[in-house]
Amino acid sequence: MDLTVGPNQFFWEAPVWAAFYRTLAEAPVARVVLGELVCSKRLPYFQQEIPAAIEVLLAAGKEVALTSLALITLKRERKLTADLIGMGLPIEVNDLSALIHIPQGTPFWVGPLINVYNEGTLRWLAGRGATRVCLPPELPLASVATLAAEGARLGVAVEVWGHGRVPLAIAGRCYHARLHDRAKDNCQFVCGEDPDGREVETLDGQPFLAVNGVQTLSGSTASMAHQVEALAEAGVNALRLSPQTGDFGALCRAWAARLAGQMDGAALAALSAAMAPGARLSDGFLTGEAGVAWSADA
Amino acid sequence: MAMELVCPAGTPSALRAAVEAGAHTIYCGFADETNARNFPGLNFSQEEMAESIAFAHGRGAKVLVAINTFPRAGAEPLWHRALANAESSGADAVILADIGLLAHAAEHHPGLRRHLSVQAAAANPDAINLYAQAFGVKRVVLPRVLTVAEIAAINREIDVETEVFVFGGLCVMAEGRCSLSSYATGKSPNMNGVCSPASHVVYAEEGSELAARLGGFTIHRTKKDQPAPYPTLCKGCFTSEDQTGHIFEDPVSLDASKLIPALARAGVTALKIEGRQRSRAYVAEVVRNFRAAVEAVAAGRPMPEGMLARLSEGQAATTGAYAKTWR
Repeated sequence: MDLTVGPNQFFWEAPVWAAFYRTLAEAPVARVVLGELVCSKRLPYFQQEIPAAIEVLLAAGKEVALTSLALITLKRERKLTADLIGMGLPIEVNDLSALIHIPQGTPFWVGPLINVYNEGTLRWLAGRGATRVCLPPELPLASVATLAAEGARLGVAVEVWGHGRVPLAIAGRCYHARLHDRAKDNCQFVCGEDPDGREVETLDGQPFLAVNGVQTLSGSTASMAHQVEALAEAGVNALRLSPQTGDFGALCRAWAARLAGQMDGAALAALSAAMAPGARLSDGFLTGEAGVAWSADA
Repeated sequence: MAMELVCPAGTPSALRAAVEAGAHTIYCGFADETNARNFPGLNFSQEEMAESIAFAHGRGAKVLVAINTFPRAGAEPLWHRALANAESSGADAVILADIGLLAHAAEHHPGLRRHLSVQAAAANPDAINLYAQAFGVKRVVLPRVLTVAEIAAINREIDVETEVFVFGGLCVMAEGRCSLSSYATGKSPNMNGVCSPASHVVYAEEGSELAARLGGFTIHRTKKDQPAPYPTLCKGCFTSEDQTGHIFEDPVSLDASKLIPALARAGVTALKIEGRQRSRAYVAEVVRNFRAAVEAVAAGRPMPEGMLARLSEGQAATTGAYAKTWR
């Protein structure tokens, strides 16, 4: 197994964004997906940094792909998606409509927001040109194993969500704007105030979810720290690390050490928890009763 | 011609009631995890499906079979059998969401009309054209993230029919792309056909309040003498920093009845009513009202006044994403 860094889900200021990818060039990860995933309104604020980030990552020997938006509705967003194709890099499709712009047979990647739940879907996507698929985070281990085997047969690399707040839902409505009594069209980019998402607790003070613009994330940070052996056994090719604040380079190095057998699950979990908002981890989608569960508590 | 009214049926008797109340079309599903309303005591055996379709056809109504969950890896034959059973029962169309299942249906059941479920969340003309080209989909149920103006624009760029929700439960999130329920309970709409399942709900009296919990998470608290809404996750009351309230959506249901003329002008073919879990009497009442409304709109008459006030009594209604300000 190796490591993929997924697209940043949050809205970071351009210098922070650029510095993140410069750091990543030094990190022991095989590939990086970048671009705007969540909200097209954010893109103009860091767009100018993208070419330099691509250049430094390619120069460092990383594979690089560009993500589509997760929910494409506006004409401007469709045009933006069509324009991605001209960049000369693989597209990671996170809204299926991006496929209409990709000629049959052109290789592309499939992100975790595309519903790949079974072999038939994987086969169809492979036939269309998919070479790499990050599975939906809610899949249990048995499904992951079945799909990894089918992926191996089809020549499609299969990835699993390895670390980061899990994208649980996407909507037309912006919850960040709603929390500030604003509509989406007048959001004033308040999602930028919460670089790891904004905490949502229950009325009893239980940490629960996080909002990130039109996206809803898990409150806990998913970590497959204790699942590495099970995922390797299942035939998974790569784990996906999702950008967050803190020393992300250190997190990548710890993950690389874990995959190389130089660090155990408990040590990686401790480091991951120290970086996670509220120090809460989960891996329940894979093996637990519910997504929020953490196997080390069982 | 009046817009097609597509009405829910969770049981054979609800199907008969909806047909008798004036539904042009009924949608329903098999009693297993192949459909997105996989609730205990609901849905149709194969025999009931065949009998119910014959009943509807005898009265000039159509039946659409929803097979709209995402087949489990290693268990696709269950969904493939549902497709074969829908066809042999005489279904007028199947409502599908999964790419693999659409591909299978197009290959093995080419004569069976395919509709794209709202669970596929095809939210723009490119997505719809992709499903039409790749799988021969003839109608798309639009996700509840679009305004009326956007629906009109979509219809100008596609060659297939559109169907939109006008009444009943309201998903706030893009449908088929939400794992909130499985995060809290392990059961999801996509995999299990359930959302915020009753099996994971606990009510607890605490002082003067009733707490409603889902998978151990408090979704809302109500005073004991007040009605307690069902703890659907995205309609819950939560706290974020200094704000407490319905962060995602208030406990409202969708009522777009007033938008029927605008939806007709936007080129929408069919209007869909949510509620396969609802009673026969409820379904019949809603269908009667909406049939009168679509007939009035088709004849150029004003819409009937005060329709459905009784049904939505005690619960606030919204036009949801159809109005841009909702976002």
